This record gives sequence, structure tokens and C-alpha cells, in this order.
Amino acid sequence: MNGMSRIVKTIASIIFPFITIYGLYVIAHGHLTPGGGFQGGAVVASGCAMILVAYGSVWTMGKIKEKNLSLFESLGAICFILLAFLGLGFGAVFFNNFLVGSDFLFGTIPATGSGLADINTGGVLPLMNFAVGLKVIVGLFVIVLVMAYASSVKEGKQ
Amino acid sequence: MSKRNIAAIVFFSIVAVFFIFSSLLMHPFGSPDQTDMDDDIINNAQGETGANNAVTSVVFDYRGFDTLGEATILFTAVAGVILVFRRLKK
Amino acid sequence: MIFNIPFIAVAALILIGLYAVVFKRNLIKMVIGITLIESGVNLFLITLGYREGSVAPIYTSSPGGIMSLPVPQALTLTSIVIGVAVLALMLSLVIHIYRHYGTLDARKIGRVEE
Repeated sequence: MNGMSRIVKTIASIIFPFITIYGLYVIAHGHLTPGGGFQGGAVVASGCAMILVAYGSVWTMGKIKEKNLSLFESLGAICFILLAFLGLGFGAVFFNNFLVGSDFLFGTIPATGSGLADINTGGVLPLMNFAVGLKVIVGLFVIVLVMAYASSVKEGKQ
Repeated sequence: MSKRNIAAIVFFSIVAVFFIFSSLLMHPFGSPDQTDMDDDIINNAQGETGANNAVTSVVFDYRGFDTLGEATILFTAVAGVILVFRRLKK
Repeated sequence: MIFNIPFIAVAALILIGLYAVVFKRNLIKMVIGITLIESGVNLFLITLGYREGSVAPIYTSSPGGIMSLPVPQALTLTSIVIGVAVLALMLSLVIHIYRHYGTLDARKIGRVEE
């Protein structure tokens, strides 16, 4: 499909960084405020779909090949399973939370009861949030891109 | 009316009566029956997982295996959509 | 007292979706009906976990008091993502059917040749 007029393209390019930063904030603070990997990934995928609608699917498919995008989705899935197996290696259970209480990366434990907490808490939860968030962003964007491009090509080779 | 329309109307009315009848017999809205597991999770989630968010700690720590199945479903859906629109190149 | 109004709303959503699946001929309307049934089931999962006068189960700057149950909310998250994945697959199959048959009528496709 063709893109839209010049005014729509300019405004979409201006708004797109703000949407991306808001989505990454929701992903990164998933263990403190409502949100997490799936919700923040949906927000960023909506911003990418807005760019696709404003610029047209033919131009976007020329810039980004979907083979490179599928590599990122597989990377997110492999990181998630790797973190689960590392729990098996350090404890004795699959999906063990091996970073709580240790002083390596995300180790501190917040005080019980309501109150603020810093981002250094949570154990293995923020890393899993990033892996799932990357997977959801790339997965939803690839679905929308493939369906938009394939419905605009006239049937010739079927 | 053909036989297909009569069968559809009978099926739909049976299911409608069942749903409306059972939605009036549920427990009162605001007082669930068994809350022992959820009370344990609410009291111990900050000490055991170290996160302030009880829902995220349930999704990734107490029930992490379901999240693994859901990630597999998302991956399979993307693979299926790309497979439907692939054209065999000569 | 609210007297079970959310449960009646769940039953209404599921019945409207079931009506669209059974009585309509267009394929896109059937897909919309399946999405309505999934929305009704997600709403039912959330209304099962409410306690009278409770707050969200999050400890950051919480105003105190009893908290609602967190396990049904986690199950609803998974269900929403599964709904999105199934909707994407259904719509791509509908596009493929339209390219092959040229029509979207559910009574005219899929006939076995006699």
C-alpha cells in the first residue's frame, strides 16, 4: 500500500521516539509498577505499526528485510530459556531465582510493607522482562508487516 | 425454515438458558471462596522474590512454566503467519 | 450491593459472540464473534479475583488495606496474548481463502467435488 501525505509522515516521525521511550520504561520497571514484558512490548509494537501505516508497506519492506527481524525474535526466546536453565544449574529447580540475596547484579531485598524501592531489586525478573519484551516487539511487528505487504502485491505467481 | 436453521435456533436457545441461569447462581461478587494460596503469595512475595509487584512475581517466578508455554505459542504464531504468505520461488 | 452484574455482563458478551458465529455467513463476522467470546472469558477471569474494598496487589506506594488476588490477573495476561496469536493466524487464513475462491461466503466454499 502507498504511504500517506507529507504532513502525516512528519508528525509520525516526531512522535515515534516518545512512544518508544514510554514503552521501554514500562518494560524496564516491570517489577515495581504495573506492567512488564508483554504490556510494554505491545506499546512499542503499536508505535512501529504507526510508522508502517504512515510510510507505506512497500517502502518499509524495502528498508527492512524480515529475515533480519526474525533473528532478534529467536534471540529473545533463547535468552529466556537460558535464564531458566541457569536456575537449574545454580539451585536444584528449573526456573530458580538465583539472583535474590546475592550481591551480583539485582540482589537487594526491599523492606516489607508499602514504600518505594529502587530498581536494583527483583532477582532474575528484570532480565526475563527484557527478553520477553524484545520477543513481543519483534513478533507483533513482523506479523503486521508480512500481512500488509502480502495483501498489496497483486496475485501473479499463485 | 430449513432444518439447518431450526437446529441452530434450538442449540443457541439451550446454551443461552444455561448461561443466564448459571450467571445468577454464582457466588456474590466480591467474596471469593478459597483464598489460602493467594494469601500466602501476598504475604511472602517480597521476601522470597525481592520484587514489589505481586502479579509479575506470579507470572515469572511462581508460575514461570506457563510463561514458557506462552512464549512458545507466540513464536509458533509468527512462524505460521510467515509460512502462509510464502511464495515458492522457482 | 452490586448483585452479580459483572457475571451477567460476561454471559451477555459470550452469547453475542456465539450468535455471530452461528447465524452469520460472512467469514470476517465469524472471526469478530470469536474475538468477542475471548473478551468475555478474559473478563470472567478477572471478576473472579475481586475482594470487597481492596486495592491492587502492588507494594510500591500502596495506600494499605486488603489486596485483591494476583493469580487470576496473571492467568488473564497469558490468555490475552494467546487470543492475539490465534486472531493473527485466523486472519491470514481468511486472506488465503479469499485469494483462492474469490468469495467470502461460508456456504459456498469447501464443497467436496462430487
